[in-house]
Amino acid sequence: MNDGNELIRLEKVSFRYGPIPVLEEVSFSVAQGDFVAILGPNGSGKTTLVKLILGLLRPAEGRLILMGKPVEQFAAWSEIGYVPQKATSIDPLFPASTREVVAMAFLPGRLGPARGKREEDRAVELALKQVGMTAFRNRRIGSLSGGQQQRVFIARAIVNAPQLLFLDEPTAGVDAATQELFYEMLHTLNTEQRITIILVTHDIGIVNRHVTKVACLNQRLVFHGSHADFCRSEAFKTMLQSGHLVSHTH
Amino acid sequence: MELFFSYGFFQRALVAGLFVAVACAVLGLFLVLRRDAMIGHGLAHVTFGGVALGLFLNILPLAAALVIAVIASLAIMRLRQKAGLHGDTAIGIFSSVGMALGIVLATLAGRFNADLLSYLFGDILAIDGLEVGLSTALAVVVIAAVLGSYRSLMYLTFDPEAAKASGVRTARLDILLAVLTSITVVMGMKVVGILLVAALLVIPAGAGLLLAANFRQALFLSSLVACLSVVLGLVAAFYLDLPASATVVITSFLLFGGAYLLRRKRLP
Repeated sequence: MNDGNELIRLEKVSFRYGPIPVLEEVSFSVAQGDFVAILGPNGSGKTTLVKLILGLLRPAEGRLILMGKPVEQFAAWSEIGYVPQKATSIDPLFPASTREVVAMAFLPGRLGPARGKREEDRAVELALKQVGMTAFRNRRIGSLSGGQQQRVFIARAIVNAPQLLFLDEPTAGVDAATQELFYEMLHTLNTEQRITIILVTHDIGIVNRHVTKVACLNQRLVFHGSHADFCRSEAFKTMLQSGHLVSHTH
Repeated sequence: MELFFSYGFFQRALVAGLFVAVACAVLGLFLVLRRDAMIGHGLAHVTFGGVALGLFLNILPLAAALVIAVIASLAIMRLRQKAGLHGDTAIGIFSSVGMALGIVLATLAGRFNADLLSYLFGDILAIDGLEVGLSTALAVVVIAAVLGSYRSLMYLTFDPEAAKASGVRTARLDILLAVLTSITVVMGMKVVGILLVAALLVIPAGAGLLLAANFRQALFLSSLVACLSVVLGLVAAFYLDLPASATVVITSFLLFGGAYLLRRKRLP
């Protein structure tokens, strides 16, 4: 699935919250078509790393290249889909329908190509179909279950047909059966829609059949390579023994 | 009733009231959803200081209030973001100081009189042509700005982090909302008064939220409740010989109650 075209490159990236170091000299790259799991214990800097790549935080040191451009100069945000951590902890009273939530990603002007209403409707329907939520199109978002909401947020993240999709702990609080279906759906998006996926998780078991690469963090990058190599690595054994990673298999 | 609508003062009140009501409703919906409902209340107190400053300096009180309200809203935003204070603390600080400043200036000017009281309690039936024009123009600006940034504002309100990652200029939108809220509070002050303006920002939006199935409906229903509050409130005030501003607010509350009962009826 790796097409060899580099989409993300981190060069000795460090980040601190005040005096407290969070990430130190992290370097790795992600190629088009990869399905990368960013693993690590709580507080290891996984979410911070994603926020740095997305330009939501600025690194203390180092360089971040996103699709060939330094992230501070990057403007093609419609090429990026993002589902933040705890996305499902939304205000249940928010009056948006499922369709309206997905259509939020159509932003005017520089943020993406201008679309007519009919084209927007088609894209929303397609995205909802891809995540199996067509039947819920007119339901209020707050009335859906956590798993269903998560699917809607994925639909919003892919409605612009992005090249890159970031998901931060997307199945936190979602039941095991729904998680399995969810990862099957991500696998389909990766293999059939050719979307490069960066998935933040601390659950190695649930992703072991789908991811192609693993980047393991513990303030520093302690492993970067294939999933198979990671499972044989010392980093994996250490983290599993210390209880920093969990392994849900279904 | 026909005779009633033919009165010039009533026509002016109706035009200004309806425009301001819709501006309050569409903006209020975003404020309520951002859990920022009390900023209207806080800024209203700040505008009291602005009005007193205008009377003290002998300049148009609406203009002075607008400048002071914009400065205060940006300062409240800055305090939240940079000093790490909770929103209600920052609002509490500025609203108290605004009110205190108003009392001091009004006392110094020796004009703690009917002028100032008309701003405190609103006097929509006494609104003049210039004020109608100003309120209407400002309301149109607020409505156009909110509807023009509708999708970005909705995204920012619903999921700020994802919105930022999608390229939404969240800092700019925060400033836009702060400035629009200031303008709206200053406009609303003439309609329902400083002490009651927060009601027009919160109650119609709350009613819309109770009944809407989607965001467009919420905008429409909030605006409808706001408009009905103004029309029914003015008519009731006229026939029952009640203060117009307070009657508009009480009418909006009755409509909110109706929305609540309707929602309870619809839910199992």
